[in-house]
Amino acid sequence: MIRFLFKGLIRDRSRSLFPLLTVTIGVMLTVVMFSWLSGAVTNMIESSANFSAGHVKIMSLAYAEGSDQVPNDLAFIGVEGLTASIRKDYPDMLWTPRIRFGGLIDIPDENGETRSQGPVAGLAVDILSPTTPEVELLNLDTALVRGRLPEKPGEVVLSDDFARRLEVEPGEIATLISSTMGGSMATDNFVITGTIRFGISAMDRGAMLADISDIQRTLDMTDAAGEILGFSSDHLYDQDRTQAVAADFNARYSNAEDEFSPVMKSFREQGGLAQTLDMFSAVYGLMLVIFVAVMSIVLWNAGLMGSLRRYGEIGLRLAIGEDKGHVYRSMIAESLMIGTFGTLLGTAIGLAISYYIQAKGIDISSMMKNASIIIGDVMRSKVTPVSYVIGFIPGLAATFLGTAISGIGIFRRQTSQLAKELES
Amino acid sequence: MRMRATFLTFCLLAAGSTAAQTPTGDQILQKVDDNFGSDNKVSQVQMVIQGRRGSRTVESRSWIIGARDHSFTEYLAPAREKGTKMLKLDDQLWTYTPSTDRIILISGHMLRQSVMGSDLSYEDSMEDKRLRNLYDAEVVGEESFLDRPCWVLELSAKVEDIAYHSRKIWVDRERAVVLKENRYAKSGKLLKTTEVQSMSRMEGRWVADRILFKDVLKHGEGTIFIIKSIQFDADIPEHIFSKASLRR
Repeated sequence: MIRFLFKGLIRDRSRSLFPLLTVTIGVMLTVVMFSWLSGAVTNMIESSANFSAGHVKIMSLAYAEGSDQVPNDLAFIGVEGLTASIRKDYPDMLWTPRIRFGGLIDIPDENGETRSQGPVAGLAVDILSPTTPEVELLNLDTALVRGRLPEKPGEVVLSDDFARRLEVEPGEIATLISSTMGGSMATDNFVITGTIRFGISAMDRGAMLADISDIQRTLDMTDAAGEILGFSSDHLYDQDRTQAVAADFNARYSNAEDEFSPVMKSFREQGGLAQTLDMFSAVYGLMLVIFVAVMSIVLWNAGLMGSLRRYGEIGLRLAIGEDKGHVYRSMIAESLMIGTFGTLLGTAIGLAISYYIQAKGIDISSMMKNASIIIGDVMRSKVTPVSYVIGFIPGLAATFLGTAISGIGIFRRQTSQLAKELES
Repeated sequence: MRMRATFLTFCLLAAGSTAAQTPTGDQILQKVDDNFGSDNKVSQVQMVIQGRRGSRTVESRSWIIGARDHSFTEYLAPAREKGTKMLKLDDQLWTYTPSTDRIILISGHMLRQSVMGSDLSYEDSMEDKRLRNLYDAEVVGEESFLDRPCWVLELSAKVEDIAYHSRKIWVDRERAVVLKENRYAKSGKLLKTTEVQSMSRMEGRWVADRILFKDVLKHGEGTIFIIKSIQFDADIPEHIFSKASLRR
């Protein structure tokens, strides 16, 4: 029976070609869109985690309340002791303290007066320790554009765009003007050893990267840090695991009565990331629902047109005694065949395009010039196991629904009228 | 008939007398400027900055020529701040710190930032312009503050590019000292409040020598601004207001 129907579809291209093309294109778009969104979410999670949020982040309760403002006056004090404890308590996590800070970078002329100046978004991390995870987390070796990374105290790197704007070269002195933990003016001279480009517009506009011990000295933050970031040692973000670690830490160390006691926030709990992740999930679902609905309407129309065109054929089949249910089922079987072939073809093309975008990426830096979210400028797809099967949902469901709805007309045909219809 | 005319005359005279007793907003501002204004000032002040983690005290000495918008400040304490100097000429501010041995020009927009983490901005602490030149004033009432009868004035800016577009001030009726103040942005949002905690006579003038400044956009208990000494119309050498003096 299936072979018979298959031959019918192959020999009568008008019954198969348009629905097949529709399913193929629709499934291809679904696979590409899904992989693209997967890539976007992965990009956002990785960039945000590595540059800002960690898989978990420890702050003082007071700092956490306004962490977007980077209130270093409310930073956590006692970093060394706490880090030693949590390394014992959670040995499968990496812990690294960081200080974010704002201020001005001032480049002197030959008289030591201001030659150029610009606002800076600074990041102080452990660069100088031989075992630091930061070089890998921030991808510093790849990010280096000119010069070299800091190798000793008093050295910093600037983002390449920022350095060019300030017209400063590696080897020159830059003065940081910022605020101490107590709020006083903090100034310090640093040697610029190189320039970097993170590939994240929000950071490349005016970033400075320094060793944390230098910045602790400059900002009068001895044994203090705004944030201690934690990462799973396998670098894979696991939502359930990180939330469990955060809950356990807060039960052990946090004290709601003391605004300077530490509190741990999981990735999802920080800076609206939960809403962003939920939004992406909602977009996935919405995309599939809309696509199935649109495809169903398209194929319903295709089915209706097919039914009209095959009006005579169906009438003849009913007139010679074929059961209405049998005709209906055979049409659904045909549509499922078309759906399966279209889905396979669409998935194959969609995966090929997705793999290409995964390898090459698409530069979206022109769209991110004024963006404040931490997301890479080169957006890549991410082909996951789900990418291989996601197309089957709309591909089969839409063809099935389209034919099932349009095929209902078969049951409305009056056997008594068939001879008259055939005569005409 | 005669009694009615007498009564009307009495009412008119009483009303005229009250009107004569209430000076205009401009006259009150003139009195405030006359009391505290001078061609220049040399002062030594302390700022007790009361943050969420405790308080710290910063001490400085300033030379100000208000009319020319020239100001020079040298920080004396604590040790970390000692030797930091700031020079303001119009809307440009240079700062010098001994640790960097650099003279750094601070952009104009920074003048509205907090000075040394206090509730005062650079403009608050380094400008000494006469209120009458900046604001139109209207008397809106009379209240008592610190057991002193005050005129309540609403000021609205008559110049562009001003830190506080409007202010509400409580002026001591007798001593012409601003005892309390609310400072607002152009949008009407309250930015800062000040409350005088004590006054004293210095060089024959009444001076608010202890003022609580509160930046309402900041956490903390505010900054207590204490004038330890002040000299009006002092003999300030011109070279003070030069970049060379920053490194001296």
